[in-house]
Amino acid sequence: MDTIMADKDHWTVAGRSFASRLVVGTGKYKDLETTAAAIEASGAEMVTVAVRRVNLSDRNAPMLQDFVSPQRYTYLPNTAGCFTADEAVRTLRLAREAGGWNLVKLEVLGPPPTLYPDMAATLVAAEALIKDGFEVMVYCADDPVAAKRLEDMGCVAIMPLGAPIGSGLGVQNPLMIQKIIEQSKVPVLVDAGVGTAYDATFAMELGCDAVLVNSAIAMAQDPVLMARAMKAGVEAGRLAFRAGRIPRLGFASASSPMTGLIR
Amino acid sequence: MLALTVNGEPMDVPFGTSVAGLLALIGLAAKKVAVERNLEIVPRSLYGDILLSARDQIEIVHFVGGG
Repeated sequence: MDTIMADKDHWTVAGRSFASRLVVGTGKYKDLETTAAAIEASGAEMVTVAVRRVNLSDRNAPMLQDFVSPQRYTYLPNTAGCFTADEAVRTLRLAREAGGWNLVKLEVLGPPPTLYPDMAATLVAAEALIKDGFEVMVYCADDPVAAKRLEDMGCVAIMPLGAPIGSGLGVQNPLMIQKIIEQSKVPVLVDAGVGTAYDATFAMELGCDAVLVNSAIAMAQDPVLMARAMKAGVEAGRLAFRAGRIPRLGFASASSPMTGLIR
Repeated sequence: MLALTVNGEPMDVPFGTSVAGLLALIGLAAKKVAVERNLEIVPRSLYGDILLSARDQIEIVHFVGGG
């Protein structure tokens, strides 16, 4: 085993340690079989899930838990569809009862077409959830001031968007993502906007602790293959970040010696 | 019979039905869902003990795919 494989480069959130720096969503897949296969291929250990009413008219409908085991993967219940602090708290209390844990993803979104994080509502909801004993990983704007406030409030991970949800545009504001990474003592994850593997690589090269991907895998023509690509992309970005990239130069610097040339 | 509202739909159940009884009537595994009764979480350990009342508003949720 080489040194790269041997070293333990885990990241930790709320006392839980993870080897995989790719967190994946479980939404938008064409069926639960593909969901399970893609998550397996991604190597992810943490998956986001939503909380919804059981369909009473089709009670034999397959359930996510039968395909993506909560014993194997850390479920991260989200607040998708909640627009107020009360709705978020209510939803996650149910999630806590269903799953028995406190680690959650808070997201309070503004209206289409951006679905941009509603930071005013997010701050109110974060406060209410933390008061209620939740460990909050928070989806937020690429805004270092808001991110700092969320961290000071007690959020356990800061998750700025790379680009609008499902847009696949990659990290649009790398400078501010970097500022958030530099100032944060809790893990920072780029959440939303990843389109393909190099977007995940780029986010990891900025120094993120992990990347959260859903649409880019679920909506790819071959989700399982894209899940493998994302895994490789995240690993490449992390290794490159740790290795330390060369400075960008405005001129050429020859790779071969300019001495000892035959004449 | 007791007239309840379950996940927004009217449902009649026999007097003396517990939360556990309701889940059994619907055909749901208790360990895969969470239940709210009149906006209050019902702890799973109490499903067998809590008896439903007329006009109870019940929400039964589970985890689904999400990002």
